[in-house]
Amino acid sequence: MEIQTQQTGKATVVAVSGKIDAMTAPALETSVASLINDGNLCMVLDFGGVDYISSAGLRVILASAKSLKSKAGTLLLANVSGPVNEVFDISGFGSVFTIYNSVDAAVAAAG
Amino acid sequence: MEGPRSTLNLPATLDRLHEAMAFAEQQALALGVDPSRLMGLSLAVEEAFVNICTHAYTDNQGLVTLACHTGFHEARPSFVLEIADTGPEFNPLSMAEPETDLGIEDRAVGGLGIHFIRHFSDHAHWRREDGRNILSIVLDSGPVRSQPKES
Repeated sequence: MEIQTQQTGKATVVAVSGKIDAMTAPALETSVASLINDGNLCMVLDFGGVDYISSAGLRVILASAKSLKSKAGTLLLANVSGPVNEVFDISGFGSVFTIYNSVDAAVAAAG
Repeated sequence: MEGPRSTLNLPATLDRLHEAMAFAEQQALALGVDPSRLMGLSLAVEEAFVNICTHAYTDNQGLVTLACHTGFHEARPSFVLEIADTGPEFNPLSMAEPETDLGIEDRAVGGLGIHFIRHFSDHAHWRREDGRNILSIVLDSGPVRSQPKES
């Protein structure tokens, strides 16, 4: 799994690629928590390069969303497709989060 | 009728997870499972393996045994993966389904693993035998079903 972060407008875009599983999810959680602690409260998670996500990855998304919400921040998800989308669907995540077809659309929604 | 078994023993530690997933995928492909099913199989294996690593052994000294063979389920050729541990008796399939329709504030962080095992297998069952918990994950190894089952 690889993580790349960049600032686009007011949003912090975190592009994840590879597999998010029980081995790799802690690194994602640490990265996102660190960004939140540094005051990046408008975050876009870009899943375009992710080909596998397990419940360990979903836990990180949920924990991150809760953490941001408690600080009046927001978490937007972009490029959820293919196998990741299937996992989102059966977990009910598709209805919990607003999912955007592109990073640009998510950033635009962030205002 | 069961085909010959291939078995892999691994220490029940998270750093061996990828070996367990790779073994299951290789065996499934070799035994006729459609490649489109591999992600679901990997998810089921990960959830079961992590469950054992986290809960079965208090001293981190136990083993996970993965055993694969062909069989028949409901008159269809199938691939069977058994995941076994020697921890205290525990049937993961007895756990309640998570509530997947709650909002962010109300969602529990967790509880989805068993849901994945049920969803991505065509049949799953558990038995206690000779001091071991044995979780069987069964996938059809014939052509892919035209209608995926409901979650």
